[in-house]
Amino acid sequence: MASNLVSITRRSAGQTMRKDLWWVTPLVTFLGLGAFVVYSTWAAFQGEHYRFIGNGANYLSPFYSPEVLGSATAFFGEKPGWIPEWLPFSPAFLILWGPGGFRLTCYYYRGAYYKAFWADPPACSVGEPRHSYRGENSFPLILQNIHRYFMYLAVIFILFLAHDVYEALWFTDAAGNTTFGIGVGTIILAANVFFLGGYTFGCHSLRHLIGGWRDELSKKPIQMSAYNCVTCLNRRHMLFAWLSLFVVGFSDIYVRLCSMGIWTDWRII
Amino acid sequence: MVNYTTEISEGMVVLDAVLQIQAESAGDLACRWNCKAGKCGSCSAEINGKPKLMCMTRLNTLLMDEPVTIEPMRAFPPIKDLITDVSWNFEVKKRIKKFKPRPPDAPDGTWRMYQEDIDRVQEFRKCIECFLCQDVCHVLRDHEKHADFIGPRFLVYAAALEMHPLDTEDRLGELKDAHGLGYCNITKCCTKVCPENITITDNAIIPLKERVVDEFYDPFKKLVKLFRKK
Repeated sequence: MASNLVSITRRSAGQTMRKDLWWVTPLVTFLGLGAFVVYSTWAAFQGEHYRFIGNGANYLSPFYSPEVLGSATAFFGEKPGWIPEWLPFSPAFLILWGPGGFRLTCYYYRGAYYKAFWADPPACSVGEPRHSYRGENSFPLILQNIHRYFMYLAVIFILFLAHDVYEALWFTDAAGNTTFGIGVGTIILAANVFFLGGYTFGCHSLRHLIGGWRDELSKKPIQMSAYNCVTCLNRRHMLFAWLSLFVVGFSDIYVRLCSMGIWTDWRII
Repeated sequence: MVNYTTEISEGMVVLDAVLQIQAESAGDLACRWNCKAGKCGSCSAEINGKPKLMCMTRLNTLLMDEPVTIEPMRAFPPIKDLITDVSWNFEVKKRIKKFKPRPPDAPDGTWRMYQEDIDRVQEFRKCIECFLCQDVCHVLRDHEKHADFIGPRFLVYAAALEMHPLDTEDRLGELKDAHGLGYCNITKCCTKVCPENITITDNAIIPLKERVVDEFYDPFKKLVKLFRKK
């Protein structure tokens, strides 16, 4: 019989005694986030087909909302002449860094992509490829502490997207009359606001700032109600993170394909 | 790794099997246990690679068509068989600033606080100090940052003190520097293995990280504090 004395050595990359399919979750995360990053980058570079005005509708892709610069309908009009032609430009460049930064620094996504993209660790109790480790204690990951500022921006974006849903409720006929209506696109844009709202208003930083920092919340009943609401959403933060990611991507696909004439937007009301 | 074979019956947990092996074929097999009810936190081990309490892991929840592996916790120095030296944890606990209540609210030396204020802290008080969260934390387990990082168990302990409605002590500077809060990269492995289902990451570690951001990394908050002081 072998000796009972135990000697424990550090496990090498991917080594584990786990017998379950531990690699499935990081793989799905890698594919899901990777696909979103590739698609959103591609969509941002297109610079066209981000608004659908066919059949009197007025849908704006969330990747391009708010439209600050780059077209006649943008806040500041057409692309200025001083921007060189050789420089890639798209209205999405001006805004996508906001929600992108919010997700990049999100506490849930951080844990998920450290595992899926950096194998730090690949999964719980699975060996890692690197010996050195600095965590979020020093540059560059110490910059993750900026998350609350991206959260402030994300809340503003929700307001713009909610306004886009309002715009999508009004359809213009051939005579120029505007009437109330609901199309499939309206529902998709509304679902986008719902899921993005669920994700944004369940943010850990918001939970802290809205009341979590207090040790005696009972003295501030309104703040306590707000804290409880955010806490309720925060419990489903991962779910909203993924659903909102999927729906925001699909909203862009829907508007893009309708604008390109590949899909038809069905009017419900 | 040593192979043992034993007869199992319905309702047995892993600890039952280990004790049966001790009685039948390995009298010197070392294993720490006490309550057999998931409340003392003594029988922590890694079962099929996952940190778990042996007394709370039923054999019928494991794949029985191949041998069940039981290892000691990997984040601490092994002593013998399934026993590890967890004394580092008790040294860490001594380093955390103790509870410092505000002056009593009533002349009889008592305090008044509301249940809703203490609810958050009570979750953390469920901890049985099994140290499974310390074991699964890759900062300790793989990177051996025992000198720089106190681990999830003691971040929960610090959170219980920091968020206590009566406490007046400030631990944020130490949490940031000496206790290495920034080493946590939010893998949530600690939350997954906690036998008391304490939401360690979301309710303790992240709120502490946010409090540290308030104090050290948020320029706007610093500005507000500067004006308030004046």
